[in-house]
Amino acid sequence: MINNLFLNIDAGTIDWSRAQFALTAIYHWLFVPLTLGLAVIMGIAETYYYRTKDEFWKETAQFWQKLFGVNFAMGVATGLILEFEFGTNWSNYSWFVGDIFGAPLAVEGIVAFFMESTFVAVMYFGWKKVSPGFHLASTWLTGLGATISAWWILVANAWMQYPVGCEFNPDTMRNEMVSFAEVALSPFAVSKFCHTVTSAWIIGAIFCVGVCCWYLMKKRHTKLAIESMRIGAWVGLVAALLAAATGHKSGMDVAEVQPMKLAAMEALYNGGTEQGLTAIAWVNPFCQPDYQNEEAAPLKIDIPYGLSIMATNDPKGFVPGINDILNGYTRPDGTVEPSIDEKIERGKKAIQALAGYRQAKFASSDNGEIAAAHLKVLQENMQYFGYGYIKDKNDIVPFIPVNFWAFRIMVGLGCLFILFFAAILFALWKKDVTTLPKWHYWVAILLIPLGYIGSECGWLVAEFGRQPWTIQDMLPTWAAVSDLDSGSVALTFFLFLILFSTMLAVEINILLKQIKKGPSL
Amino acid sequence: MPMRKDSFLYRAYHLYADGFRSMQLGRTLWAIILIKLFIIFVVLKLFFFPNFLKTHAEGDEAGFVATELTDRAAPD
Repeated sequence: MINNLFLNIDAGTIDWSRAQFALTAIYHWLFVPLTLGLAVIMGIAETYYYRTKDEFWKETAQFWQKLFGVNFAMGVATGLILEFEFGTNWSNYSWFVGDIFGAPLAVEGIVAFFMESTFVAVMYFGWKKVSPGFHLASTWLTGLGATISAWWILVANAWMQYPVGCEFNPDTMRNEMVSFAEVALSPFAVSKFCHTVTSAWIIGAIFCVGVCCWYLMKKRHTKLAIESMRIGAWVGLVAALLAAATGHKSGMDVAEVQPMKLAAMEALYNGGTEQGLTAIAWVNPFCQPDYQNEEAAPLKIDIPYGLSIMATNDPKGFVPGINDILNGYTRPDGTVEPSIDEKIERGKKAIQALAGYRQAKFASSDNGEIAAAHLKVLQENMQYFGYGYIKDKNDIVPFIPVNFWAFRIMVGLGCLFILFFAAILFALWKKDVTTLPKWHYWVAILLIPLGYIGSECGWLVAEFGRQPWTIQDMLPTWAAVSDLDSGSVALTFFLFLILFSTMLAVEINILLKQIKKGPSL
Repeated sequence: MPMRKDSFLYRAYHLYADGFRSMQLGRTLWAIILIKLFIIFVVLKLFFFPNFLKTHAEGDEAGFVATELTDRAAPD
């Protein structure tokens, strides 16, 4: 975690700022996926009501809408704190990203506010005031509004991982958007959105099935529990299979634009063709492995060709390892990826050219020729701009154990959830689920936190894996951070910890009370 | 002129007015939302999260960031 790479900036400021951002994002992500997931459950329940006119389905939809409302209220505005952190802790970054970050976030704010505030109101207040069809549309549009919000946030996040559709303007020191479509429809954003949203549906489904199993264990609201469990299990199974498929596409994107992240996820020190996917290996969770001298992680058991297929869709595909990326490599198509040392040199050239350009531009003696010469050098080396801040090539290797284990936990839990939902559907088809042994219900209930752990692990892989970059290849954390006193950032870290923990405790308390109370049948 | 009861605005107003009046759990949730917004916008934003560039760049944000980014480059 500790950056030893800082120059004038206090290392504590960098690490506290990173920790604070991670804390805020992790807490925020506790609320969001349940909102997205329950939106599908309540939408399906109300669709049954619309089609059958059976009051049971109305009560069922209202029950899930009530739990959705509790979670929605707790989660609303928690993401705003991230924007405050950009302005205070990450001011260089905020200025540098310019309108590229601002545009999606502004669209998100407007869409979220108007869609959610309108349709949430109709969903809760409109049962006796609008037609059933309009009410059903409002329920689905509430979920769609939340999902569209997620889209824009993920577009902003994807741009940091794969900056496209922009041009750096050395006069304003900002990246300026040249193609909104390229930013909004970046393949990285599309994959990230599909994978994130489907994983959120899994959480909604696990929560739904867990709550239903609690009712079955307590022998309360049996009909609601069985029917909701059926919805939850179907949503969960479909979502888990889709998450696996979209995860594969995400893996291919990462292999293409963030090969170091993929190498860290796999603890792949030395790459090549026909690479196996590591099923298990011993990677010490607490220290960075000696990737320069070890051939591979100890006790490695892999699935033959698995990594090549995951990364390239080809069992013979080439996947670079950490040392390949550090030292440079030639792809099978003959293109050469420069070594990190070479990228560092070119990055330094870009930064020096930037300084020279600005000096010449604002000097009255220059007739424009010197500035133009510097600008040419800057543009030629801009793609490696961020490497000019790297002191040692090993500084671009993320902390391997977090990536390696978080990836395995995420994938392992994803596979477990596929089996779990399939088993639930089998039980609903073949057995009387009201008379199962108690431990069956407990397993389902205990899977709820595992759903969150799997989802947060996905984010750990995404964000730890791209370290040290705040913007891939453009800006490392120690250039992006504001020159603040680390003590003040540490103080706000603990303030957030208290605030978010309190909110989480309140949410869990209200949710449990509402679950115990049950539907108003 | 009184608003017609079948007008869109009247019905929209009543949707919200009746809805807020008849809330039960919603009252608690709204109280939590308002407290949270107060903490976020008044306490955190005003006292703990000033706009760093506004307070340090003296109106020349581009110049300030340029100096920051060129000064932090790795030494040769």
